[in-house]
Amino acid sequence: MSSVAREWREIPGRYNLEGSKCGCCGKVYFPKRDFCPKCRRDSIGKVEKHKIDRNGEIFSFSVVHESPACNDFLKPYAVVFVKTKDDVLIAGQLVDADLDKIEIGMPVRAVLRKLDADGASGVIHYGFKFVPDV
Amino acid sequence: MDVGIVSYGAYIPRFRIKPEEIGRIWGVDGKSMGKGLMINQKSVPGCDEDVVTIATEAARNMMARVPDVDPKDIGAVYVGSESHPYAVKPTASIVAEAIEATPDMTAVDMEFACKAGTAGMQACMGLVGAGMAKYGVAIGADTSQGAPGDALEYSASAGGAAYLIGSKNVIAKINKTLSFTTDTPDFWRREGQPYPLHGGRFTGEPAYFKHITSAAKKLLAEVGSKPQDYKYAVFHQPNGKFPTRVAGMLGFTPEQIETGLLTPNIGNTYSGSVPLGLAAVLDKAQAGDRIFVTSYGSGAGSDAFDITVTDAITGYKRENAPTVDKIIANPVYLDYGLYAKHKGKIIMSE
Ligand SMILES: [Zn+2]
Repeated sequence: MSSVAREWREIPGRYNLEGSKCGCCGKVYFPKRDFCPKCRRDSIGKVEKHKIDRNGEIFSFSVVHESPACNDFLKPYAVVFVKTKDDVLIAGQLVDADLDKIEIGMPVRAVLRKLDADGASGVIHYGFKFVPDV
Repeated sequence: MDVGIVSYGAYIPRFRIKPEEIGRIWGVDGKSMGKGLMINQKSVPGCDEDVVTIATEAARNMMARVPDVDPKDIGAVYVGSESHPYAVKPTASIVAEAIEATPDMTAVDMEFACKAGTAGMQACMGLVGAGMAKYGVAIGADTSQGAPGDALEYSASAGGAAYLIGSKNVIAKINKTLSFTTDTPDFWRREGQPYPLHGGRFTGEPAYFKHITSAAKKLLAEVGSKPQDYKYAVFHQPNGKFPTRVAGMLGFTPEQIETGLLTPNIGNTYSGSVPLGLAAVLDKAQAGDRIFVTSYGSGAGSDAFDITVTDAITGYKRENAPTVDKIIANPVYLDYGLYAKHKGKIIMSE
């Protein structure tokens, strides 16, 4: 159950890309943090919740052929680094894409998908993945 | 107070299978089967898609078109489906979280075969009209089941649409709605069973046609309107044949139902069927257009709506989310093996 509770706390990040923004320098972070490594002590108490833009473009990608069991049904698939419109890099899975047509700079969008499930009777884990934004 | 549609959004997975491919597996002439049903292909969910993800995408498309609406003003989220991923644990609370409407709101999952989405619209109209909520969200979405080899396997598909119901900046006013309901066992699925059963021919006359024509005629009589008063009509579409026939029985023309008739290209999206058909109409509708809508859910009941598109449609940001036409463009076709994998029909080791 402890993993269920931990995941539950991460829901705002996993569903809605809730990250953080430093109140001093304006830098955006994902996943969220409560300390800005650039501004250090000055940022204490000034880092706010910030919803990351769901749209971005592919900064880097790699095609995965050997997957963890949760992705057996989706392989081969791509993992991507996406540069969002807030200029933050987010790693995630790219789905619904033609693998031979993926390019750096391709526009993508974060959607909610099933990530995994704890067997047939456990909880279903939902979170963001990226799809081509056509 | 004018209560009606403030925004809408649709979503259909990109995968398709054709009836001839299904027929190939079961030794049936699938092509003529599809022709009889007026189904050229049906949508299939991705391996990581279910009613939660489909409803969420539709709801996010709905919210994208009204950037000035604060999701915290949503007082209710209702998700109608017969394929909720959990038997116990609501789809609606997950979707509400994903559009940031939580926590000061109510949420519940609804089920009434193919009409739970329109039932949710009626419930939202009640809440908004009574002043209990500023906005309500009603979603119809399904990843419907059809037993392998059964006639339903050629039609049961996946998709959904979401509606923001409110009383300010209404783009389509719901002039009146009413329902017609009886206990008719034409189609059912028992708890824990993977596939539904149906009454074959019994699903036609005493079920689909009786309920739709009864609700529709009652609405026309109460509103005092005629079929010719409407630019568009949307009827529940378990296949292409039934809505075409019921439209003719009621005096609507093929031109009136054409825009909202999606089944030939995507199959029967069950709870998503009428909501998606109406979304396709709203994609094209202009101020003053009148729309006649009647859903049907086995078991059995119909919800009928008389809708008028308002002047607010001109300032409405339809372009902020994809139209149904755009969503269904560029499909990926599956063979039956991949289809079986997508639908979880293959038994895996734990
Ligand atoms: Zn900083």
